[in-house]
Amino acid sequence: MKITVASGKGGTGKTTIAVNLALSIKNSMLIDCDVEGPNSHIFFKEPMVKLKDVSIPAPKFDLDTCTLCGKCVDFCQYNAISIVGEKLLFFDELCHGCGGCKIICPVDAITEVEHYVGVIEKGGTGDLPVYHGMLNIGEPFGVPIINELKQFADDKKTTIFDSPPGTACPAVETMRDVDFCILVTEPTPFGLHDLTLTVDVIREIGTPYGVVVNRDGIGDDRVDRYCEKENIPLLAKIPNDLEIARLYSSGVPMVKGLPEYRKLFEEMFDRIKEMI
Amino acid sequence: MVKELTIISGKGGCGKTTIATSFAALAKGHVMADADVDAADMHILLQPEIRKSEVFHGLNIAEKNDDLCINCGKCYENCRYGAFDPDNTLHPEKCEGCAVCELVCPVNAIKMVERQAGESFISDTRFGPLVHAKLHPGEEASGKLVALVRKRAREVAESQGKDIILIDGPPGTGCTVIAAMTGVSLVLVIIEPSLSGIHDAKRIIEVAKHFQIPAIACINKYDINMKNTEDILDFCKEEGIEVVGKIPYDDTATGAMLVEKTVVEFTNGPLAKTIKKIWEEVEKAL
Repeated sequence: MKITVASGKGGTGKTTIAVNLALSIKNSMLIDCDVEGPNSHIFFKEPMVKLKDVSIPAPKFDLDTCTLCGKCVDFCQYNAISIVGEKLLFFDELCHGCGGCKIICPVDAITEVEHYVGVIEKGGTGDLPVYHGMLNIGEPFGVPIINELKQFADDKKTTIFDSPPGTACPAVETMRDVDFCILVTEPTPFGLHDLTLTVDVIREIGTPYGVVVNRDGIGDDRVDRYCEKENIPLLAKIPNDLEIARLYSSGVPMVKGLPEYRKLFEEMFDRIKEMI
Repeated sequence: MVKELTIISGKGGCGKTTIATSFAALAKGHVMADADVDAADMHILLQPEIRKSEVFHGLNIAEKNDDLCINCGKCYENCRYGAFDPDNTLHPEKCEGCAVCELVCPVNAIKMVERQAGESFISDTRFGPLVHAKLHPGEEASGKLVALVRKRAREVAESQGKDIILIDGPPGTGCTVIAAMTGVSLVLVIIEPSLSGIHDAKRIIEVAKHFQIPAIACINKYDINMKNTEDILDFCKEEGIEVVGKIPYDDTATGAMLVEKTVVEFTNGPLAKTIKKIWEEVEKAL
């Protein structure tokens, strides 16, 4: 079974839910797809060890063969190639690795090399393996890493994916091809607004989903009213407890520091199983 | 010379928008820009009146004419994003707009067509002009939309004689953040004293260094973990990043949000005073 924990707004508690759910159920694994800022590993003592580099194919130009015809410049949809005077310039961080320039080059001046965009690391324990990806500093596109990370899901386990925030392509990529999505939000105007955006996305994808309200008590009941009106199942509410925030700040999972919360996650998982 | 300030944090939910909207209320002669285009929130507190809206076209998208298709399989073989099945069925949602399929199709059955990827707006608010945008769900070209928001904000600043652009940045370190911070005069990094907050702040500070953008920092909810706050102060000292203020944990930030006001309009208490002081420091640094 595959479950993604997502949220339009950042900092609502995706990682908290993902980590504590993984710790509260049997035979689970955790894959942190927030490759721009992975945080799940912070809650596990075991160090993360590099499994592999992630690369995309990028063009290499043989400048002796190149006739500066400009066909690749005109073709590239990402403006990654330009000719200035008698010089060809390539901006590797804009390249999506589509290979079009190589196809269109009339004199075969382009070959492909690997352009490294990030790494995949593994940690956790045998019982609960943790994977994450990390986008290299200055690189704009994390989706190739997310796609490779998703391959590590083990069908014999319950895989929890920790999604990046937002509703753009990296978040959508993590919400696709899973059995269930947990949408985490806060009972505030920002929380509700960004939840509605995420609901629009998840409805388009068609994955079954439910909502978890985090920091319950800090705001008002606007999220409850919205979920009731839209007929969205409310999976759980986690109270606004400063002790939870303190544990979080020092990297201690809530179900370890406050074991009474384990039940909340077990029940959440039971509800999810009923819904898929 | 128009100066641009971008507020960033790496990790989401550190208080970027709370601080950005308070700055919006405190600043004079400025334009605001919401660069968090896939989960924009500034407008909730600023209640903009939209004066001008414009359709944003992202990258083109492949469209296939099945009547012309001869099932040769070239699109499937050459697409690197899995947008075609082996039977040549097109999945537009996986298309990255590279146009390779159009290039290799021998019978012109595939055309790249424009798609509407979002909208951008120029609005009036009680604190001055706001440029904001809405990216359609799942869209690819969010960095391009951020670049458009910044371009329009600069035009508004120039035409109205404003000299500061306040940019509320998105979380993360990828394309939208890079587009929100390259070439600005200064970035303010909001750091939350949690291990996650520190981890992500260090990464975004690396990004700022990579693009050679001057950075200053402030710590939000500093009293949640004093040891981590000390570590942040040490780290910033080592990196030569000035820490312009420490904001205590305070529920009034949420109180203000609930009535859709900025913190400095809602209260005169310690939280508002700290933010005012930080704004003075930021103005000096700009």
